[in-house]
Amino acid sequence: MSLPLSRRSFLTRTSLLGCCAAASPLMTPLSFAAAPWESRLVVIILRGGMDGLDVVQPWGAAEYGELRGKLGPATGGGPAKGTYDLDGFFAMHSALAPLIPLWQQGELGFVHAVATPYRHKRSHFDGQDLLEAGTPNLSGVRDGWLNRMLQSLPGVEGRTAYAIGHGDLKVLSGSAAVSDWSPDSNLEMSPQAMLLAQLVMEQDPAFHAALSEALNLSANEDETDREDGAMTVPRKARGRTHIKIAEFAAEQLRGDTRVASFSINGWDTHNRQERSIKGALSGLAETILTLKQKLGSNVWNKTSIVAMTEFGRTVRLNGTGGTDHGTGGAMILAGGAVHGGRVLGRWPGLDEAALFERRDLMPTGDVRAPAAWLMRAMTGLDRNVLERVVFPGLDMETDPGIVR
Amino acid sequence: MSFTPELAEIRFGCGLSPDVAPPGDPAAMLQGLTQPDTMAQKYPITGYGSVRTRIVTVKKLRRQHRKKQIDRKQLVTQLKNLRQAANKEGAIGFTRGLQRWVKTEHGFFERLVAFWGDHFTAMGKNNFMKNAPVAYIEEAIRPNITGQFADLLIATTTHPLMLHFLDQAKSVGPGSKVAARSKRLKGLNENLAREVMELHTLGVGGPYSQGDVRQLAELFTGMNLTADITFRFRADFAEPGRETVLGRSYGGDPAKLEPVLQSLRDLAVHPATARHIARKLAVHFVSDNPDPDLVQHIEAVFNDTAGNLLAISGALLEHPASWEPRLGNVKPPFDFIASATRALAPDQARFDQIGYRVMNRLMLAPLDLMGQPWNRPGGPDGWNEQDEAWITPQGVSARLRWALSVPQKLRPRLPDPDRFVTTTLGSYATQPVIFAARTAESRSDAIGLVLAAPAFQRR
Repeated sequence: MSLPLSRRSFLTRTSLLGCCAAASPLMTPLSFAAAPWESRLVVIILRGGMDGLDVVQPWGAAEYGELRGKLGPATGGGPAKGTYDLDGFFAMHSALAPLIPLWQQGELGFVHAVATPYRHKRSHFDGQDLLEAGTPNLSGVRDGWLNRMLQSLPGVEGRTAYAIGHGDLKVLSGSAAVSDWSPDSNLEMSPQAMLLAQLVMEQDPAFHAALSEALNLSANEDETDREDGAMTVPRKARGRTHIKIAEFAAEQLRGDTRVASFSINGWDTHNRQERSIKGALSGLAETILTLKQKLGSNVWNKTSIVAMTEFGRTVRLNGTGGTDHGTGGAMILAGGAVHGGRVLGRWPGLDEAALFERRDLMPTGDVRAPAAWLMRAMTGLDRNVLERVVFPGLDMETDPGIVR
Repeated sequence: MSFTPELAEIRFGCGLSPDVAPPGDPAAMLQGLTQPDTMAQKYPITGYGSVRTRIVTVKKLRRQHRKKQIDRKQLVTQLKNLRQAANKEGAIGFTRGLQRWVKTEHGFFERLVAFWGDHFTAMGKNNFMKNAPVAYIEEAIRPNITGQFADLLIATTTHPLMLHFLDQAKSVGPGSKVAARSKRLKGLNENLAREVMELHTLGVGGPYSQGDVRQLAELFTGMNLTADITFRFRADFAEPGRETVLGRSYGGDPAKLEPVLQSLRDLAVHPATARHIARKLAVHFVSDNPDPDLVQHIEAVFNDTAGNLLAISGALLEHPASWEPRLGNVKPPFDFIASATRALAPDQARFDQIGYRVMNRLMLAPLDLMGQPWNRPGGPDGWNEQDEAWITPQGVSARLRWALSVPQKLRPRLPDPDRFVTTTLGSYATQPVIFAARTAESRSDAIGLVLAAPAFQRR
């Protein structure tokens, strides 16, 4: 643009543009390229250690009622008390009831008694790091497995994968380009402040492109973040952020994005689990249903969702009606591309001798293996690459046929 | 390309301030590194002892709970109180660190502390160690940034937080006495040994093999922690025999600390270390793609002085490539908000009264949104040095929103925008910024737009 500016020429431009930032000729939208493959993968990191035994309840096991009955009807009572019988042995927690239609259509499945290679220490920090690293240990690890998948595939660019929400999503960090955004990062400014912000950044291409993209991504929002005409201090949105995240993910996945990842917190149920796990499970169910609804049937049918957690929880309850950090847990699979309606995995049993260190569900499978089969089916990635690069040291074993 | 006070403060200091004059020449900048640390005296930060005491208390409470001397409810309440105290202490540490940035006359000193704190990144992996990096930087880094690199390396490698963070406390020699009798402590953990070579000294392309990592890990096995989280060399944890690292033999029986320290001293003066550190300094302070001649100059001084950090810092300042007038590197989020606060120069008494909850809302939460959660870099390699890591849509959005909203909370009577452009950007003020400051609808928008300008976000 030509300098010096005059207030008048600037205001002329302001009025011409009105308030629609997305239409501004000052913007240089990022280029879109054809995505390298068609299937969609959503990876949800369940932070805090989800109690697999409460989500997919082995109510057919003789010990279960004794161990977990105190958690109340939503948990220990069996299908007669409101949980949903999956297959005569496992039942689904009642807070996941909104997902029953998906189960019936074969679009929801579970893998039980799985874990990362993490053992003995049960720290959230190390457990989550290892889950996202996808490696046998943390020594020298610099990137996440989902990023290594992207590194291993041709035609990947910035838009191919989206890290959504705040906080570090290590599973997607690494040398492959990844986009990030959080729906509560929306820039809601007065039209004039917006134009002036573009103006001060105009001569710096990197800043200008990032700002333009931020304004683009904010453009669909109608809620305002301003009070009395003033910008409010940026803060993380509270409340039903998972819905907004799912909506945003779906919007991107309908376009050129092929991989989306985000976190759902709230699984660290040390106290009064009967109450505390409900919110987390309802949030997860709403997230999956929002994805399904917003993706539309065409894209939904190409989509696999995998939800995984850093570890399971103790088999026995603690003194405050909750469970403590454990080892083996469950992973959740959903999506129109998933061959669900089944609880996969090798069930280890609940009698004390069968437990890990006599306290946790014994992990009989590696949580990375189903994720690897999923990636193989969705992107055609070579098994050798999956077992050496994406998940070093993993034995994928036999194909469980997770994808239709 | 030569020194100017303005560029010195922007690129190597904490940013221009309306209250504090920038350094007059490079000699003054170097002198500032060896002055008594008045900022630390004025804005004190609680030491590691306080973290340690809290963890000892936590262990005691858990023991009492196991022995049924207290019930779970008492345990939960007391842990919650301790966690709150830890968080409060952390937030106060953050505030004090920020105050130092705002007030200091020796900005280069604060910048070097941050640089070395990041180079030797260590994090807490549980609730009670979470804020320990503040104390670690205060005690292991801050007093050691003008001495020999070897001493800085030893201070950080033997600090309890580092031993905790990189799993050294879990590492025992497979042939050690303790491995023979313990069910839990069985094997080697290479984490610290690997990062010392890859990140702290030789660099990722350095001349070491997996065998060297393994040998160094075996040599390190005696370094451990006591039950009250203090450093202790424990000979019964150490792998028996000698170890060979980079062709040199160390240790023997009985195991002692001295050979471990000698291996660190040798790594500290290795030519690969000189190259690695020289490049990292040039990248951090000058450009993502620094002039190779600048890197070679720092490297040569490193080698000539066996890693004297005062001389190395001087080498960085004396090379003409360091004074390229065009601003390049993007400030990471903390540096952005801290230099913005310095430019705003909030009233001292008012600033001191900001409680830790408000500080959380105005500073710590926005740092999360900008992609730099305080004390929680992604891993032991610290924060990303590349500009692209920070200029993302999400990051730029959070910076802009912060710039438009927080200054008026720090300083309700905002400065005159025209004057603010001059005191904040000096000769780096561009036409569009001057125009924006005059045209904005409100004073808070004007101030925000100045701070959002690339001329302020780069250095």
